[in-house]
Amino acid sequence: MIREVLDREPNSLELALYGVMWSEHCSYKSSRIHLRRLPTEGAHVLVGPGENAGVIDAGDGIAVAIRIESHNHPSAIEPYQGAATGVGGILRDVFTMGARPLAVMDPLFFGELSDARQRWLVEGVVSGISGYGNSVGVPTIGGELTFDDCYASNPLVNVLCCGALPTERLVLGVASGVGNLAVLLGSSTGRDGIGGVSVLASAGFDGADGAESLDDAKRPSVQVGDPYEEKRLIEACLALLDDGLVVGIQDLGGAGIVCATSETAARGGVGMDVDVSAIPLREAGMEPFEIMTSESQERMLAIITPENWDAVAKLCAKWEVRATVIGHVVEPTIDENGRAVAMLRVRQGFDGEILAEVPASSLADEAPLYDRPMSRPADLDAINADDPSDDEPVGSPNDDLLDLLVDPAWVYRQYDSQLFLNTVVGPGRDAALLRLGGPGLPYSERGIALSTDSNPRWCALDPRTGTSLTVAESVANLACVGATAKAVVNCLNFGNPEHPEVMWQLSESIDGMTEACLGLGLPVIGGNVSLYNESGGHDIDPTPVVGLLGVVESLVAPPPGWGWREGDDIVLVGTRHANSQYRFPLGGTRWATRRGRRGGHVPNFDAETLAAAIDFVAGEIASICAGVSSDVTAVHDVGAGGLATALAEMVAVSQLGAGIVELEGHAELFSEFPGRFVMTTNDVDAFVARADVAGVPVTHLGTVGGAVLRIGSMINLSVDEVASRRRGALEESLAAVG
Amino acid sequence: MSRIGVVVFPGSNCEYDAAAAVERLGDQAEFIWHTRTDLDGIDGVILPGGFAHGDYLRPGALARFSPVMAAVERFAATGGPVLGICNGFQVLVEAGLLPGALQKNRGLTFLCQPTTLVVSSTSSVLTRHARVGQELVVPINHFSGSYTCDDETYDELVRNGQIVLRYKENPNGSRDDIAGVANKAGNVVGLMPHPERAMSALLGSADGVVLFEGFLGVPLEQPALAN
Repeated sequence: MIREVLDREPNSLELALYGVMWSEHCSYKSSRIHLRRLPTEGAHVLVGPGENAGVIDAGDGIAVAIRIESHNHPSAIEPYQGAATGVGGILRDVFTMGARPLAVMDPLFFGELSDARQRWLVEGVVSGISGYGNSVGVPTIGGELTFDDCYASNPLVNVLCCGALPTERLVLGVASGVGNLAVLLGSSTGRDGIGGVSVLASAGFDGADGAESLDDAKRPSVQVGDPYEEKRLIEACLALLDDGLVVGIQDLGGAGIVCATSETAARGGVGMDVDVSAIPLREAGMEPFEIMTSESQERMLAIITPENWDAVAKLCAKWEVRATVIGHVVEPTIDENGRAVAMLRVRQGFDGEILAEVPASSLADEAPLYDRPMSRPADLDAINADDPSDDEPVGSPNDDLLDLLVDPAWVYRQYDSQLFLNTVVGPGRDAALLRLGGPGLPYSERGIALSTDSNPRWCALDPRTGTSLTVAESVANLACVGATAKAVVNCLNFGNPEHPEVMWQLSESIDGMTEACLGLGLPVIGGNVSLYNESGGHDIDPTPVVGLLGVVESLVAPPPGWGWREGDDIVLVGTRHANSQYRFPLGGTRWATRRGRRGGHVPNFDAETLAAAIDFVAGEIASICAGVSSDVTAVHDVGAGGLATALAEMVAVSQLGAGIVELEGHAELFSEFPGRFVMTTNDVDAFVARADVAGVPVTHLGTVGGAVLRIGSMINLSVDEVASRRRGALEESLAAVG
Repeated sequence: MSRIGVVVFPGSNCEYDAAAAVERLGDQAEFIWHTRTDLDGIDGVILPGGFAHGDYLRPGALARFSPVMAAVERFAATGGPVLGICNGFQVLVEAGLLPGALQKNRGLTFLCQPTTLVVSSTSSVLTRHARVGQELVVPINHFSGSYTCDDETYDELVRNGQIVLRYKENPNGSRDDIAGVANKAGNVVGLMPHPERAMSALLGSADGVVLFEGFLGVPLEQPALAN
């Protein structure tokens, strides 16, 4: 295929360039034909998928950029640096658009903590995010923490970044203007991370002899991060944009210089000459292919006019950021058919020998597309049939509930979650809520809300419906802070695409996301696909992670949280029963999974019913954010762990018990399906009347008070027991000797 | 209206937040790049939080050599008010403008969480508007915030009322729960908690207002802002 493009044999350097650019990680060659089905349109969408980040118009002259990525395989091998450079990479994607990064979120997936290696991974990943994110000066405002054996040899480290910019300053990574200069900013180029996208990100782990075999051979492909370099690079790049000194700007991530130069040239329809000898190196004796494909961190490529070079050099010197002219924008080459072709030429000196010459778009956009075979897993029917919803309860519901309680505070306490004075609701709640503000932005009274969500347990049973429900769950989380969802980004973590079952899961999941986004009126504005998440031939459960961005029109008062007050009435808002063959399905719940029961069905996705409950709650909370007084005193989405878990979390946070009516058995305690909210009110009649008008069902659950959580005859736990168990669960697991 | 200089080192990251707190109370904030050698026309100096010079070597160890620090030292010597917040406190300690040192937290992890501070002395520019015993909810955000000093220094701090703020519940292992100290004259103050993050009920606490009002010399009779 390369031979067809070039009409000759490629030399070894050219082959290396195609090798990294046509890797799964860079080219999405297995997933692209499926991703096209996602809806991407919306009146407020300024930039959709395919750019460095998606961008929406948030109002008041402010645009919000958002992006999510995975750094799974580097983190499996070297958790601190893998996670740290994941943060660094996503920040560059966002400030490439001209946006100041304002928030990071980290959905993390590990094996069970009874395994010492998992504890090492958790501590390494969390300290990597903390060490890099805090120092680089971007708050980490939330994420997710999931433990499941399917991630034991292949943990997932996803990272989402959101930034904002004055709408008129939006920048795209385009090289234009023949004669312009390509300037490499930031770090020197070394041998770290060569082939990161192909060796690491686009291959599974053999893991035949257990986790030990993961490490050593691939460790040199992991990059090393320097947050101080990145911090100065952010400030320098934003200052260059403020001063109007750049034509286009592009981050250097996977596949390094070859990726940045070919993408900017292809987008601009111009040629690019890169002088490989001009690139500042960290070590002697590097081969051109190493220089061109190195993934050394903290580098950016700026396209500038020659007249601005002095100003650019001066500004970069102030921030102690290295700036080097490494390329020239040149006329496209005219081929024998008279067509203009944007060529990427790698030279030894600008007038020197041409080491490689390939059409830029052939690297950036014309990787082969695979329509890989798909098949529904043969054992899925049997798995679905083995439904735990029919199980008789065994043991004490009290113990089952305590077993589900985990406070992730040990993780998020290590993250600066408050920088920039925007954080109204920080980590550990249903969704994060920020003021829409930051250096260089016009004043706005608006807020933005962010949530990341996943449910691999659902998606293993039914990737299509599981993904739809995951989107719904995320929209419901935003409603709890008063936000209306505006856009979706996704990080699709799947196994080996060469397994037809994995391709089927991916395709189904994309269809489920499409269905949910169309049903709920949401555009997908960006995403990332991470394949080859396998080890020893075992694929992870399908793990589509969604990141939801929402807006609160007026944010002058904090929304109510999980803390309820003595004497409040507790209500369940939304349909009490699932839309399912079971009133309270248990398939895919945390309750069932903790008992080793991984089969069953997931509830149906019903956009209309979901939207009614979600819109009602979002409206109730939004009016509180706008400063209107309300009888609503607390709100919590019913999510993982079900209704009993939601109630216990509210007990733990408020240090106040509750008396709840008898429920329909253990299944209602632990069943999981979105579109339900626990809310408290100090005027239940008024609240029910408003819900009636909205056509949303409300079930009276009980009242707040006392030092005990009592749920009918099933649950009877002291507030202290609930709170201390929740508070200590994670730290006790991490401290286990083993 | 006062002109407050907010010193910016490469790697600082709380400079915008410190400036916002100053401006919220009606004063003017001006960024001072670390290579500047004068503080002409400046009425007060804030060294904000962050990771000056990447915190390489150890927090504050390189920043003390930035050219601006000689000017800060002269400014402090003439009685000018100087406030170091978090990394700024670490810089002041490294520069010898405040006694003691800041070690890694007892639990050896970074900690970002609300804390309750107890005002223990009002003889400093930061705490002069507060009451002794007053409790203030102000967040911390640091890895190396455990205050330590030798016994002799400690006795002197106690004797002179230089311990200005203590944690109600010690989060990081600081000696005697110390959260903030002042120099003997009371014009140079450092604290690990971030009062600029506690300026608004919307963000969880407005208890930092009384501290900034003191630092900015807002007349006492002027009522505190509600939010």
